[in-house]
Amino acid sequence: MVQGSLNMVGYGLSAVGPGIGVGIVFAAFINGVARQPEARGQLQTIAFIGFALSEALAIIGLVLAFAI
Amino acid sequence: MISSSWTQVPAPPGPPPMPAEGFKAPGVEDFNIPPIFEGIPVLEWFDKVSIQFIVAAIIVYLFYALATKNAKIIPGRLQFAAEKFQGLVRDQIARDNIGPEFRRYVPYLVALFAFILVNNVFGIFPFIQFPSFSHPGMAYALAIVTWLIYNYVGIRKQGFGGYIKLQTWPPGVPWAVRIVLTPIEFISNFILRPVTLSLRLFGNMLAGHLLLLVFIFGGEYMLTLADSLVLNILSPFAFLFAIVMTFFEAFIQVVQAYIFTILTASYIGASLADEH
Repeated sequence: MVQGSLNMVGYGLSAVGPGIGVGIVFAAFINGVARQPEARGQLQTIAFIGFALSEALAIIGLVLAFAI
Repeated sequence: MISSSWTQVPAPPGPPPMPAEGFKAPGVEDFNIPPIFEGIPVLEWFDKVSIQFIVAAIIVYLFYALATKNAKIIPGRLQFAAEKFQGLVRDQIARDNIGPEFRRYVPYLVALFAFILVNNVFGIFPFIQFPSFSHPGMAYALAIVTWLIYNYVGIRKQGFGGYIKLQTWPPGVPWAVRIVLTPIEFISNFILRPVTLSLRLFGNMLAGHLLLLVFIFGGEYMLTLADSLVLNILSPFAFLFAIVMTFFEAFIQVVQAYIFTILTASYIGASLADEH
């Protein structure tokens, strides 16, 4: 018999989307640096902000998993 | 970078719970640390986490006080480290995100970065080994300060109406889209920003610490309590992986402090931005 909360399954599912999004953000960052290494500083800032924005969805999922 | 987290829900009232044998995974209740000064009137508000908070503030203050006490043109080791850190925050975080008026926000950003970093490193520091921000209230405090700052500087620069307009009224959008976009922008900029800012830090610290607990308690269980010889022999791998994850945690802790600071700078920059 398995015990636990179904919320955690929901959270796992909701983490898929942000995971893909974060992957895309950093893939674009690596591509950009490979094409133009001197732009690394600027791209790094943008990449971390994009990462934070897409990760926000995972955080909302985490909160709902514990809250509801 | 949120790792999945485990939780132990209270057993449902229906069927009797499983007998208490086997491995019990560590859960969120492992983060309830006992009070230190039980029953003493004012001191009982201080537990391990708030003491860590105060110690971290003292460490950051002492570091910068010592490093800049005898500031020389050719810096010594300590002064060099302090200047390097301040220069990193100023050049890579403040200048890129805030724009021409970045200079007055550098002190807050440096202090924020250093304070979060010290608090996070407490998570893997020997004999302390508890990240302060795995209690959400601690992260809320920092997010509220950031929220107040970016709203205050925005209102001061743009005026109240102009600031609200800047944050909720992006130019060049057809009116049909605005009906949906303006509420979303409002919720996102005024409510979700501080919430995600604090919960990102909290979630990463909680999940990372839980991960270490799982590997270390699991390894201990496999080594000492399990009946099977295979598990006893395999237990060093759990400890080995705990060490690997400790280094990964160190990386995550630095990245989270960096992200908190860079997002603060970018929110301040967005509040100060001129309309295009």
